[in-house]
Amino acid sequence: MTTEPQEAPTFFAAEKNPIRKIESAVLLLFRLCTWSILIAAAAVFLTILIKGLPIIISSQFPFINTDFLTQSPETLHVFEHKGISYELADSDFRAFQEKTGKTIPSATYAHSGGGLFPAIIGTLLLVIGSMFIALVFGVLSAIYLSEYSKPGKLIDFIRLSILNLAGVPSIVFGLFGFGLFVIGLNWNVSLLSGWFTLAFMVLPIIITASEESLKSVPQGFREGSLALGGSKWKTIRRVVLPYALPGILTSSILGVARVAGETAPIMFTAAYAVRDSLPWEIERWSDFLSKVSWPCPTTFTSLVPKFLKTNTPNVCSMEQHWCCWSSCSRLLLFPCCYADIFARETLGNPLQTYNYGLK
Amino acid sequence: MTDPNPNRPIPETAVEVSSIDFYYGKTKALDDITLDIPKNQITSLIGPSGCGKTTFIRCLNRMNDLIEGAQLTRGTIRISGVDIYDKRVDVIELRKKVGMVFQKSNPFPMSIYENIAYGLRMQSIRKKTIIDEAVERSLRNAALWNEVKDRLHSNALGLSGGQQQRLCIARALAIEPTIMLMDEPCSALDPIATARVEELLFNLKENYTIVIVTHSMQQAARLSDHTAFFYLGKLEEFGDTSKLFMNPGNPQTEAYISGRFG
Repeated sequence: MTTEPQEAPTFFAAEKNPIRKIESAVLLLFRLCTWSILIAAAAVFLTILIKGLPIIISSQFPFINTDFLTQSPETLHVFEHKGISYELADSDFRAFQEKTGKTIPSATYAHSGGGLFPAIIGTLLLVIGSMFIALVFGVLSAIYLSEYSKPGKLIDFIRLSILNLAGVPSIVFGLFGFGLFVIGLNWNVSLLSGWFTLAFMVLPIIITASEESLKSVPQGFREGSLALGGSKWKTIRRVVLPYALPGILTSSILGVARVAGETAPIMFTAAYAVRDSLPWEIERWSDFLSKVSWPCPTTFTSLVPKFLKTNTPNVCSMEQHWCCWSSCSRLLLFPCCYADIFARETLGNPLQTYNYGLK
Repeated sequence: MTDPNPNRPIPETAVEVSSIDFYYGKTKALDDITLDIPKNQITSLIGPSGCGKTTFIRCLNRMNDLIEGAQLTRGTIRISGVDIYDKRVDVIELRKKVGMVFQKSNPFPMSIYENIAYGLRMQSIRKKTIIDEAVERSLRNAALWNEVKDRLHSNALGLSGGQQQRLCIARALAIEPTIMLMDEPCSALDPIATARVEELLFNLKENYTIVIVTHSMQQAARLSDHTAFFYLGKLEEFGDTSKLFMNPGNPQTEAYISGRFG
């Protein structure tokens, strides 16, 4: 141990110059930035989880507060009866009153009792419908732009306009949808209006992503197919699209996140602030989409303005609020992440490791 | 190597190219090329990089149509007497008759079987017996059958580089073209795989007219019946391979084949 060399080897010794200091300073800067982002993100999610989880998780089987996920929102009644304080949702409160046989005075908090079920259904319906419409329009126009159109000023202009659309604030899309679908086409505030409004909102994302994905298909595939006597459309369908599809789908998950996380356009076109009926609670099935249709039963994120509108923040509503966010992140965020990872791992790789036989 | 017998019959012409000019945008890539490609023989195109060999070969099945701003401005290319740049010619029909193998092997990311069946499916042939038969025949012709017959349904990208290139040849053979264009098919292959491909081409010339671009003088010399030397977009010399290599008529050709430039 004591035979360690006393002097540092001189031949490979670090030179004392400013380059080394700059190197380590830059590295430190990058590290700090990354860690601060991670800490901020962790703070947000941990707060939501810590505050929301106690309401979602229960001590008895099945360990999840199923009522919260399967019931509609109700008014919360807070009162004292025979020295015990109660917090009951509207239906429970009525039952309680009937049981005791008298009218009990209570403080009421709108939308602070019951559950989230309509919001879950609403979110799912909106996402599925609008993504379907956006994918059909988006992928087809991306194919036209990247495979068929002749490059020129017009196409450049169209592409620029599409990119610009991506930067338009969502409320503008909300007003556009309100003007065109709700009033102009007389579809009313309905699921249909919401689908189209949100679809138009995510179109720029889908078109840009699909175009990138189509561009990444090796030209050799197209040439190979055409040289075998393939027509243009058959080449696209049999060779280009299958290769590009994983990329298109992974990037459209961004679109899902945007639709599911949207508030303003939904408030304008799809959901009333206070409306909690479910799709099957309608008179006729044709009402499902028609202009007299039921408005969509709100979504997770449009609960936020709803809370702000109907309540001044208070203990009870905040509790519900945290809970809502917690389940929101569990139901929405995690599946999106997993879907993304799954798509990249299982669909993306086998094709993208294509290496022209250099194995 | 060709038989230098001067009494052999004059071969039939498969492709007649008369004084073509070809441009990429404003750049002239081919300048006044006139060339008759003989039927059922192997014609090799040699010349330094950028001399227009690939451009020329891609004119023969109108693959250059895909490139923006590329156009044939003068002259005609006739295959079986038909001007292939005529408006009434359907490129799909043309490419069924004039197959092509590319420099980079480009099998589709699907099974070996599907790769071969692809061209037939493009022609809406669905009968399984016909496709099965074509797959086996073309894989045998491409000398690949014995290596892949037990794994026809595994992914073609799992094959080695040489096998992938032979798969591409098999794929082109499956649609039974009359002319095969090959753009440096052996450039990424080792000598053993190259020898197999050359042997294959030699056997194929009975039924096919083969045009091959190559950077290997030895390959051109041992494989082809006729050789064309391109330089700076011009056809400098065209003739019997033996004559061109033994006794080049053009000092440029001699410099190139003897390795003094290029």
